[in-house]
Amino acid sequence: MLSTDDKKRLLQEMLFARRFEEACYQGAQERKIGGFVHLYPGQEACAHGVFKAARPGRDYAITGYRDHIHAILCGADPKEVMAELFGKETGSSKGRGGSMHIFDVEHRFMGGYSLVGGPFPLATGIAKGIQLKGDDDISICFLGDASNNQGTFHESLNMASIWKLPVLYICENNLYGIGTRIDRSTSELDQYKRAAVYNIPSAQADGQDVETVYEAAKIAVDHVRSGKGPYFLELMTYRYRGHSMSDSNAYRDDKEEAEWAKRDPIKILRDRLIEAGDYSMNEYKALDKKLIAEIDDDIVKFAEESPEPDVADLEKYVLADNDPYVRGSMN
Amino acid sequence: MANLMYWEAIRRAHDEEMANDPLVIAMGEDIGVVGGTYKATQGLYEKYGPERVMDTPISENSYTGLGIGASFIGVRPIIEIMSVNFAWLALDQIFNSAAKVRYMSGGQLTAPVVIRSPGGTAHQLGAQHSARMEKVFMGIAGLRVVTPSSPKQAYGLLKSAVRCNDPVFINEHELMYNLKGEVPDEEFFHPLEGSDVAREGSDITLFGYNISVRWSLQAADILSKQHGIECEVIDLYSLSPLDREGIKRSVSKTHKAIIVEEAEAMVGVGSEVMAIINEECFFELDAPPVRVSAAHVPIPFNHKLEQAAVPDAKDVVNAVLATLGKS
Ligand SMILES: Cc1ncc(C[n+]2csc(CCOP(=O)(O)OP(=O)(O)O)c2C)c(N)n1
Ligand SMILES: [Mg+2]
Repeated sequence: MLSTDDKKRLLQEMLFARRFEEACYQGAQERKIGGFVHLYPGQEACAHGVFKAARPGRDYAITGYRDHIHAILCGADPKEVMAELFGKETGSSKGRGGSMHIFDVEHRFMGGYSLVGGPFPLATGIAKGIQLKGDDDISICFLGDASNNQGTFHESLNMASIWKLPVLYICENNLYGIGTRIDRSTSELDQYKRAAVYNIPSAQADGQDVETVYEAAKIAVDHVRSGKGPYFLELMTYRYRGHSMSDSNAYRDDKEEAEWAKRDPIKILRDRLIEAGDYSMNEYKALDKKLIAEIDDDIVKFAEESPEPDVADLEKYVLADNDPYVRGSMN
Repeated sequence: MANLMYWEAIRRAHDEEMANDPLVIAMGEDIGVVGGTYKATQGLYEKYGPERVMDTPISENSYTGLGIGASFIGVRPIIEIMSVNFAWLALDQIFNSAAKVRYMSGGQLTAPVVIRSPGGTAHQLGAQHSARMEKVFMGIAGLRVVTPSSPKQAYGLLKSAVRCNDPVFINEHELMYNLKGEVPDEEFFHPLEGSDVAREGSDITLFGYNISVRWSLQAADILSKQHGIECEVIDLYSLSPLDREGIKRSVSKTHKAIIVEEAEAMVGVGSEVMAIINEECFFELDAPPVRVSAAHVPIPFNHKLEQAAVPDAKDVVNAVLATLGKS
């Protein structure tokens, strides 16, 4: 069970995530941020609930291109994440990666990847490494519903199951893969059932209620950490904005969007706290104001004022520097 | 003569071929209801229905394989792979099935599929969305590779690719879909093999393909106006097979060659063209051929690094001046 303090903290973090992503939207609109930008509003309870149940910064995490918030929850500095979106040398990936490729290996955020389904085997391999080392860490793989139609989903889950690897697959089911609704691309709508055929314990939970996510994730994390092998958790959720900046969402109807807006993860938690008498609307408004100011004055400013990479460094990071085995200098 | 955008030309070719033959189908991610990421199939779902305009799951290797299988018994699929970077996932079926069945069945079976996909570096799409893969496709026997540099070619090459009995890979470009150009009103089929003289000149030959034809033409213009240098620009719209005769003809005329490619030099179009020059007309050369290519790096996100990684018209101008000893 989450304490009142836990809940307040989660509310603050989710609201921060929402405002952070809106600042990214703004930056992209103003063309200060280039390339594809995939935003998280609507889905906040998923990552927040899961990381609350795990050990962010120690457990390994990996995801797709919708990766800013996952990185921050692992411990990445939001300033560095924002600077990465701006393509700056101070960014998490030194401006080489961009929005879709945030990396913070120190905090065991193993990266955002932009090929759908690519992270499944990588997460599974990280779990193999954990198993070999005998650590009690786990590997957490966050991906979308439509990714499960890649061969890598089936192939990876099968291997994770036969080798009992400590990997937790989180499916953030937002019902769409870009403009294609799940019922037009996928024969089994319940994703947790697809994992079950690989003899992997799996469950489905409401991804809009962070407490529900936390409870479901706790069971999942405990299972994986105890050495019983992989687990698959499906979280039912919805993204508010288009798939990426260039997507207008024209394929979704307003009624559906309005229905989901009623189940906003931040509102659900806030109203619950207020109803219990633990929180007030005034506190919430003050918090919101503070977060917006912090993001503008601190985070975006840092990104804007940071230097760009030096063009002379174009070929840096292609291969290892001074590897002794390259020239035979190890003898 | 209509002035069409590159995507409109591709759309028109789809529409005509689908109207002509009920076994021509279109497949790919978000090509139906959404009408295609670059609109190349806009309106076709409404016109031909979901059986012939198929929104596929994100399963590149298998839907490509499915299209190849259907082509074994007479279907003519036009498969759109949203970005060439995702075509890596379908290489198994393209290389091991489509490119080889004719040969390994002793000519009994063929895979007349068309696979279209945009490659190239657009604007800050990052390392995993900026691949230029033509070099990979052109190295595989049994596959034709064409790459349109204009709306007219985009239309005519797709038309021919659909009718041709070989598998054809069409390398498009994300930055070219909104480019305008003349396309004849009457139906026409662009030859899949050969090359075009995009501009006549006598001082030096610039070999380009796809977007690098445009850089070459821009450079030729600058060089003519500012330096009185007349470049011949050869458009290598067929990358496999390469037009040995066309390459030889132009080098024998200008005696100097520069190959302009968006990809890294290593194992690329430029190295192939240089080898052909070497084999066909080495003694015609007055200067060593030069490649203008990308840096050998994954494409960086930062826009300055990205620009530094990929060549442009300015780099072509500089290479010409250097080759002619004028820099
Ligand atoms: C291999 C590959 N194929 C296609 C794409 C294009 N693409 C990017 S995201 C996406 C949809 C993925 O949907 P889902 O897995 O549900 O994640 P969501 O974006 O909804 O979070 C597609 C088709 C890609 N990036 N990689
Ligand atoms: Mg989805």
